[in-house]
Amino acid sequence: MQEIDLHFFIDSTINYFKEVTNESVSTGIPYIKGKDPVVLEFTGIIGISGKRKGSIYITATADMLRDLASTLLGMEEVNEDVLKDLVGEIANTISGNAREAYGADFLISVPVIVQGVAEDIKMPDDVETYVIPITWKNYKNYLVVCLED
Amino acid sequence: MEKHKVLIVDDSSIIRQVIEKYLQGYNIEIVGSASNGKDALRIFKEKKPDIVSLDITMPEMDGLSALEEMIKIDPNVKVMVVTALSDKATGIRALKLGAKSFLAKPFTEQKIKETFERLL
Repeated sequence: MQEIDLHFFIDSTINYFKEVTNESVSTGIPYIKGKDPVVLEFTGIIGISGKRKGSIYITATADMLRDLASTLLGMEEVNEDVLKDLVGEIANTISGNAREAYGADFLISVPVIVQGVAEDIKMPDDVETYVIPITWKNYKNYLVVCLED
Repeated sequence: MEKHKVLIVDDSSIIRQVIEKYLQGYNIEIVGSASNGKDALRIFKEKKPDIVSLDITMPEMDGLSALEEMIKIDPNVKVMVVTALSDKATGIRALKLGAKSFLAKPFTEQKIKETFERLL
């Protein structure tokens, strides 16, 4: 992965929150994922195939997703199914928007959702995986990107 | 004036709810919603909507395949494709297959209303 690849995903993430919430999001300095797990309460995973191969996932806290869902739906109470749905939709949107940069051969899967703090999300060992910290309001979440060159 | 019959198709329930919320206030009746192309086609045949909001990336049958089938069934149906696949090639393909408008996610209330109003 090149630096420019990371910029595509950072820009896509910033755009998502700006459009959906009309509020800014800050992204921290990306780092290469080590052995420590990067998993929060809800994770939406997208498989990438075609011109590029790999995986992208966003992992978020229930509190952040609840707040975001309330903003979107205009209701206070949202159930866990909505939180799962939302984390998948964020992953889908950020990944799908990357086609503006990579073209129509950048194929994305439907989201796979993991609920609960799993041990870790398995990514390929032979390709570097980048972690992009995302802060919306005071909620810290992570976008994790692993793409073959 | 007769209400427009609208079908909302997206594999995300929250997106279906948000679209429905943003379209409140128009002279429409939401005749159904579906989370994949296969169910969408079933409801399409049964309820005969005149407007469809259609996602592309979905399980079972994707939106572009469903769009082709819908146009075969009713060439006059007005389909608004709402998708995260924001590249130009996908937009052009959707329009060539018969969609009347194309909106990239993420969307604002204003954008969905503008796109929807072009169909009325």
